[in-house]
Amino acid sequence: MVKYVLNKVVLAILTIFVLATATFFMMKLIPGDPFASVTTKIEVQQAQRAYYGLDKPVVEQYFTYMGNLLRGDLGFSMKKTGRTVVDIIQEAFPVSAQLGLFALFFAQTIGWLFGILCAQFRNRWPDYVLMVFAVLGIAMPSMVVGPLLRYLLGVVLRWLPVTGWGSFKQMIMPSLVLGLGTIAGGTRSMRASMLGVMTQDYVITARAKGISPVRVVMKHEFKNSLVPLVSNLGVSIASVLMGSFVVESMFLIPGLGRYFVDSITNLDYSLIMGLTVFYGAFLVTMNLLVDVLYGFLDPRIRETVKGAAK
Amino acid sequence: MSEKILEVKDLQVTFDMYQGSVQAVRGVSWYLNRRETIGIVGESGCGKSVTIKTAIGLNPVKNGSVKGGEVLFEGRDVLKLNEKEIRSILGNRMSMIFQDPFTYLNPTMTVGKQITEVYRQHHKVSQAEADAKAIEILKMISMPNPEENMKRYPHQLSGGMRQRIMIAMALICEPAVLFADEPTTALDVTIQAQIVELMNSLKEQLDTSIVLITHDMGVVAKMVDRVYVMYAGKIVEHGDAETIFHRARHPYTWGLLESVPRLDQKTRDELHSIPGMPPDLIKPPKGCAFAARCRYAMDICTREEPPAIDLDEPEHYSACWLCHKECIARRGVVTREEVQA
Repeated sequence: MVKYVLNKVVLAILTIFVLATATFFMMKLIPGDPFASVTTKIEVQQAQRAYYGLDKPVVEQYFTYMGNLLRGDLGFSMKKTGRTVVDIIQEAFPVSAQLGLFALFFAQTIGWLFGILCAQFRNRWPDYVLMVFAVLGIAMPSMVVGPLLRYLLGVVLRWLPVTGWGSFKQMIMPSLVLGLGTIAGGTRSMRASMLGVMTQDYVITARAKGISPVRVVMKHEFKNSLVPLVSNLGVSIASVLMGSFVVESMFLIPGLGRYFVDSITNLDYSLIMGLTVFYGAFLVTMNLLVDVLYGFLDPRIRETVKGAAK
Repeated sequence: MSEKILEVKDLQVTFDMYQGSVQAVRGVSWYLNRRETIGIVGESGCGKSVTIKTAIGLNPVKNGSVKGGEVLFEGRDVLKLNEKEIRSILGNRMSMIFQDPFTYLNPTMTVGKQITEVYRQHHKVSQAEADAKAIEILKMISMPNPEENMKRYPHQLSGGMRQRIMIAMALICEPAVLFADEPTTALDVTIQAQIVELMNSLKEQLDTSIVLITHDMGVVAKMVDRVYVMYAGKIVEHGDAETIFHRARHPYTWGLLESVPRLDQKTRDELHSIPGMPPDLIKPPKGCAFAARCRYAMDICTREEPPAIDLDEPEHYSACWLCHKECIARRGVVTREEVQA
């Protein structure tokens, strides 16, 4: 097991290295730089470039950056004057992560529950209703659902605040909008997975024991249905936790998503790199965690993992 | 000894399919005495499993329905019980062992948990008490290291051990009736013998009666007191094991017996098989269902369905026109020995 995890960690570091390199050079291919402006004097722009080392050859800049990255130094933001990239991540990531975790928890629970119901009532009305909902959830982008929900829950019914961040009430609506796609996806995959499990022989064995239908579903069908779904979880976790530009700007939430988009439009080189590397590292870590979780759910996989490590 | 513990009377089961309704079980009657083992034999698709699974409300196919008949168990008609009442019987008073211990065990639950789950469903006991009971039953079926093996998952056990787990699961509540649906088919021959012996001894120890569903005449010979031969959704012959093996009177039973490979058979000889296919049960044939494959078919066989005809020995009957007294008067008694000659 230890060797298996070590293997994965080495692969993860390699992935991040490739990601950082590719991003660095692609970023440099974008015309212009953070200091190009029609209002500042050329001499000032040149001085700024020299200060940040942008006047040096690209390859040299690359090596300098990678060297700093190895030491964990992500540099200063080139636009948010006086703030380090690490500083920005430290401030904004917890917000995105909190929103994301809440959305994810909530969306996965609902999605799985819907999926179980769909499978149990296959081809009857609850299945159709929930599947229509799931398809709508995938088809409607958050910029459509968001304003509609804000109007309904915030303006007409006055149940929830329409913007802001901090209180529990303020978290509900953004989480719902952010998690909508996850609910829909969760419903669809849980339905498909459970339909497969329901026809398995061991479900007949369980029923032959005289245990209640609810117990058959929860103890025998659910856990086995979960196994294939866990592989999607890593990507879901990472993408949801890193925040969403649309949802964060719609609800005025000070998360990472906003910085991400800003950094690219401003060509804030160090922030682009910092956030990309952070996102990559996070994604890879989540996938690694999911791999371990997989073994926890299915003893057969645990076994092969042990076997492969020997 | 002749106390009837379970009796199926004129059971009829159909499946509604797109092409029409399949009459899978067409009026089947049998009974089971206390401490007895009966065998229901017949080729695949003859309705043996369906009879059992429907009888205990376990049918995997939702579109199946019972069209008539009774299943009497402990003074009640199982078919008239509600779901909750059936659940209180299942796994407790009547339990089932399935064909394939590889697919019938839950891969993500320890086998110990799978065994104790039944016991805790039907008895109000703690997990520790259930564990102790499970270890007791595992010792009874001579499972090595029961404590250790309880913590294992099915894939960590061999086929024979898994089938023992299935047996432990089925017997932990000491049921009155045990249904065994081809319990040895998926096992190695040596393990088959062990499992058969195990079931025989457990039957005595736990005062259980067994309904064995199989197409393996070898297993029938080693376990069964009485045999019901089933073909195309009907019982075509019934008698005690001795009678069926030596003095069978139905040509289909002969066919089944011929199909058993013999040690004295020349190795180059082809294995015997009954020619043709079982009839389509969406439209069952008018006369005898076996007539189309029968070497002895007469005119009447395709016109009229043969009744169950009682034969000289007690409890031996055969649903074949060859056994009818008029036919015997004209042709004499047709027996298997005569056929082989």
